[in-house]
Amino acid sequence: MINLHGYGPRLLEGALVTIELSVLSLILAIFLGLLTASAKMSRSWLLHRLGTLYTTIIRGVPDLVLMMLLFFGGQIGINMFTDWLYDQFNVDIFINVNEFVAGVLTIGLIFGAYMGETFRGAFLAVDSGQIEAGRAYGMSQWLVFRRIRFPLMMRHALPGLSNNWMVLLKTTALVSIIGLSDMVRVAAEASKATREPFTFMIIVAIIYLLIASVSEWGFARLQKRYDVGYAESD
Amino acid sequence: MAETPIPLEVRNITKRFGDTEVLKGLSLQARKSDVITLIGASGSGKSTFLRCMNLLEQPDDGELIVHGEPIRFKQTRHGREPADWNQVVAMRAKLSMVFQSFNLWAHMTLLENVIEAPVHVLGKSKKQAVEHARQLLERVGLAARADYYPAQLSGGQQQRGAIARALAMDPEVMLFDEPTSALDPELVGDVLKVIRALAEEGRTMILVTHEMAFARDVSTQVVYLHEGQVEEAGPPAQVLGNPRSERLKRFLAPKH
Repeated sequence: MINLHGYGPRLLEGALVTIELSVLSLILAIFLGLLTASAKMSRSWLLHRLGTLYTTIIRGVPDLVLMMLLFFGGQIGINMFTDWLYDQFNVDIFINVNEFVAGVLTIGLIFGAYMGETFRGAFLAVDSGQIEAGRAYGMSQWLVFRRIRFPLMMRHALPGLSNNWMVLLKTTALVSIIGLSDMVRVAAEASKATREPFTFMIIVAIIYLLIASVSEWGFARLQKRYDVGYAESD
Repeated sequence: MAETPIPLEVRNITKRFGDTEVLKGLSLQARKSDVITLIGASGSGKSTFLRCMNLLEQPDDGELIVHGEPIRFKQTRHGREPADWNQVVAMRAKLSMVFQSFNLWAHMTLLENVIEAPVHVLGKSKKQAVEHARQLLERVGLAARADYYPAQLSGGQQQRGAIARALAMDPEVMLFDEPTSALDPELVGDVLKVIRALAEEGRTMILVTHEMAFARDVSTQVVYLHEGQVEEAGPPAQVLGNPRSERLKRFLAPKH
């Protein structure tokens, strides 16, 4: 039996942190992605520009740099703001950037840009006649979105979405550098302390693989659900 | 005695795409049980005209009055737009459209397609909507196909399903946009039979079609469009049987 030198429970906690972080980031990324896709497809010049600016910046800067920028830079920015509040209004507050929240915000923000592109392509792939039929039958814009545009779009978005998810899942390992005790950080600590890096890293690798496999199975089921009505060959 | 409002009236509709004026002031009045057929060469504007009637296209000018209620418009920097989209949504629920390419929702079964708008737009109970939908599918000869997806049906079946979907709204007016043009010749007959039965039961309908023999049989009025204008209009016997315009004569002449 593998000797974990008592790190077992902490590794498990770390795995939980990884999962929570990933899922919350994914939810934020999907939300931002839908917003971005809508902004980029909007006929408003300003929204279109804002969407493009967002995806260009995020996709052009390394994740690690963005994360440090947001975490450390964000703390400095907040400190400057609270100092200013104190100077101006004598309001004394101190806000500490929580690592977990910072992690979710950063990863959500990064992957929101990728999701935006995935969703945009998928929305454009929906046959316009399907949307038109909804409008012609008196559906409001929201109803058309909920009942027609979204389910038809998802069919095209899922392959890209599941790909983004896999990358997102692995990107969460970066939060260990801002001090969040995800399973990678726990494993790194354990490796140092016990001088058995292989034992702990292989466990981490297996856990990642396990999460990835379960999600792959989940995505296959989702795909099946959204493929309903389309011929097998399509 | 109070007069019942005219189901659909359009006055002086104009529409341009870029520099091309495709509709040059078209008017039309569909009284109850009228069957109005729009004919004309491709590019004459007949489909665009029909699409302006439920505002799938925004006319640049002109009035649209549905069941006595004028649609309100406002000017924006994107051109003229409806002032109140809620009014448009309510108006569209009174006009059902049947499309050339059917446009049944691909991710729903035939039955789900038929009950979708009655449940989510009209607020009918699902049970009631399903009951009505089954009757309508029976009527168009698709009772056995209720649980099929559109991709599993032939074009003719899809179009008959689309007609059932339109009927499920209990529309004031039905708009048909070249309902048989995308069909294989042997499937056209079944669809026309369904539409003919609707005409005979007194439904108010406006059709864009290339089926001249059919137009002559079912229409109360035929409108021949040429380059966005009405070239000739009247009862079918007159317009199709004894056309005055040279252009219409050429249009109706058998093609070699």
